[in-house]
Amino acid sequence: MAAFNAASAQPCAFINARLVDPESGYDGVGALVVSKGVIADVIHRPSFDTLSEDLRVIDCNGAMLAPGLIDLRVKTGEPGAETKETLKSAARAAAAGGVTSIVVQPDTDPAVDDPSMVDFILRRARDIELVHVYPAGAATKDLGGERMAELGLMRDAGAVYFTDADRSIVNSKVLQRLLTYAKAFGTLISHRPADPWLSQGTVVTSSEFAGRMGLSGQPTIAERIMLERDLALVELTGGRLLVDQITCADALQSLARAKAKGLPVYASVSINHLSFNTLDIGDYRTFYKLNPPLRSEDDRQAVIEALASGLIDVVVSAHAPAPAEDKRLPFDEATPGAVGLETLLPALLGLYHDGRLPLVDLMRTVTLAPAKLLGLSAGRLTPGSPADLVLCDLGAPVVINADNLISKSKNSPFDGRRLQGQVLMTLVDGRIVHQIEP
Amino acid sequence: MTQTSTDLSLMQANMFAFPRRHFISAADLNRPEAEQLLNLADSFVGLSRQKNKKLDLLKGRTVMNLFFENSTRTQSSFELAGKRLGADVVNMSPRSSSMSKGETLIDTAMTLNAMQPDLLVIRHASSGAAALLAQKVGCSVVNAGDGQHEHPTQALLDALSIRRAFGQVEGLTVAICGDVAHSRVARSNVAMLQTLGARVRLVGPPTLMPSGVDRWGVELFHDMRQGIAGCDLVMMLRLQLERMNGAFVPSMREYFRFYGLDREKLAKAAPHVRVMHPGPMNRGVEIDSEVADDPKISLIQDQVEMGVAARMAVLASLSARLDNA
Repeated sequence: MAAFNAASAQPCAFINARLVDPESGYDGVGALVVSKGVIADVIHRPSFDTLSEDLRVIDCNGAMLAPGLIDLRVKTGEPGAETKETLKSAARAAAAGGVTSIVVQPDTDPAVDDPSMVDFILRRARDIELVHVYPAGAATKDLGGERMAELGLMRDAGAVYFTDADRSIVNSKVLQRLLTYAKAFGTLISHRPADPWLSQGTVVTSSEFAGRMGLSGQPTIAERIMLERDLALVELTGGRLLVDQITCADALQSLARAKAKGLPVYASVSINHLSFNTLDIGDYRTFYKLNPPLRSEDDRQAVIEALASGLIDVVVSAHAPAPAEDKRLPFDEATPGAVGLETLLPALLGLYHDGRLPLVDLMRTVTLAPAKLLGLSAGRLTPGSPADLVLCDLGAPVVINADNLISKSKNSPFDGRRLQGQVLMTLVDGRIVHQIEP
Repeated sequence: MTQTSTDLSLMQANMFAFPRRHFISAADLNRPEAEQLLNLADSFVGLSRQKNKKLDLLKGRTVMNLFFENSTRTQSSFELAGKRLGADVVNMSPRSSSMSKGETLIDTAMTLNAMQPDLLVIRHASSGAAALLAQKVGCSVVNAGDGQHEHPTQALLDALSIRRAFGQVEGLTVAICGDVAHSRVARSNVAMLQTLGARVRLVGPPTLMPSGVDRWGVELFHDMRQGIAGCDLVMMLRLQLERMNGAFVPSMREYFRFYGLDREKLAKAAPHVRVMHPGPMNRGVEIDSEVADDPKISLIQDQVEMGVAARMAVLASLSARLDNA
């Protein structure tokens, strides 16, 4: 995507920063110059010996300066359900959360299943001029799981990967052909593994809790069964597959075997599955009704371990806005999903504060790793790469108040939670798109 | 008239400070609360048997029955309970309200709430519906069955029936048989019976057992003869007919063969065994008519009678709490 009007942004120098660069693995004191929308210079000392007069100097006071986050899984309501979220409100929420690139899902109304829809999203994003918005195209027409969508034309129009979003492609032949065909274009297929029969009509994960609460549960093997099929198809076709939101220990074993074989398989996990377990549903709290549903604490620990070991590549917000009228319903009837763009970074930093992952490894899962999957030059602090940056006070306490979220929908499971990490400034192509007053 | 005055003083003696605003779940109750509700309910039984069945404990109060699922027996039981305590009772059902026009449960509840009812009795097909309502309205909420979660007044009336038949619940061995997975009656009864000190067994095919049931503190049986061996009480559950066409069990006749209650299986239980069923019964599917209709064995008619008394106790306790609030 073309840089936003980068020339108008004033060149600036960030000094006394804690630079975190997932590409070089550097986490330490440093300074960085941004000019003409790109990173112009990086040094591993508190400041530059000489700074030219026209530079605006920003003293970071030890705050983290890292590549802006790249979120591979964001739903908006545009087109079709603009009351939930528009591209603009999602982009503003992203900027506030330090997210500089979002990949919007194709399950809108109408679905993004042809090049004109891809073009529509990109034009809207250009008009908004906030963060980078990349469309994901539908893998099948109307997300129907039967007929292949125009992958090549949509890729040329700007679609970055292909997926049927929340829907699993049940027909094995269809997924086999998608993986085979996409291989010719070198493009990525993202697929949510959920056995349709085991997960149909369920609202939580099977457990003692689900049984007591009278909620219909799916066993976690619903994920593993479909994943095993998907991995076998990858082995057969050699197509690149992103496993959309792996959530349980069962499925991680399958993933580990596939990766050990060297298959071109990658996996994401949502911040929600890293942060909560099924007991958070408590007294039928629908903000914790998610798709895939929250799992057990053992599963949560397993996905954190897998993230630390590198088995899971990417963390996503799984931003899924749902207004109050879709959530203030009996649990069975409520719409699943949670907003997450604004809470992704502070929630993720919890794993660093808890000593589960080194900061640079943690940040890699939301910067360099997704950038590499999409072939973007962002996600690193290398001279010449886009100046998509986030400045974050790592230690600052924040209390999440859903009413203060920028998203049009306030369905945050983090409402009332105490987190650590305050985004101070977000830059996209060298332009400040979000800043809090000191 | 002397009869009535005796009953009244007995009732007054049995009134107690019920500490909860809502009655949502049998699992919420501790043993003193459960025992006191049972004592109070017991004192209402005599009232229902005399000519003048009316009290004025709920005089001036409005009870709204909000039944999103049809239930002749529970709804009329609540209606009679409210009326016998002197309350004004309004029955709402989804067909006559605007639920079918897309209004949500909360909107309906807020509308009704604005009419200032004192007690809202709700039955809904979704688990957690009563708890959701309780968060949003200003009045007391009574759960008359929420999805597959709980049906706490059923557990109360069952405990009352058991106590009157056996003198006490403590120490009895109770087998709950059938479709436990989909049964709110089973969940409420497990909680209530355990609170009152009974030993609970669950009996049924594995496909009709909820996940994690091994951690409910019950004994689990898939063989009915073993499951009811030596039991003091056999509590049968209703099996929805649509679950018997191969989805959960292969057929009706196969189910009856292995899990239907007949005299032959019942012979394994204790000699003084009594049989219960929350109704409505599928005769010949989960229970043989010969067993269901035998007055020496069956407590099924008692259960229906106790239903009114148990619900009176719940309404009176919640109302008394409103008086003191």
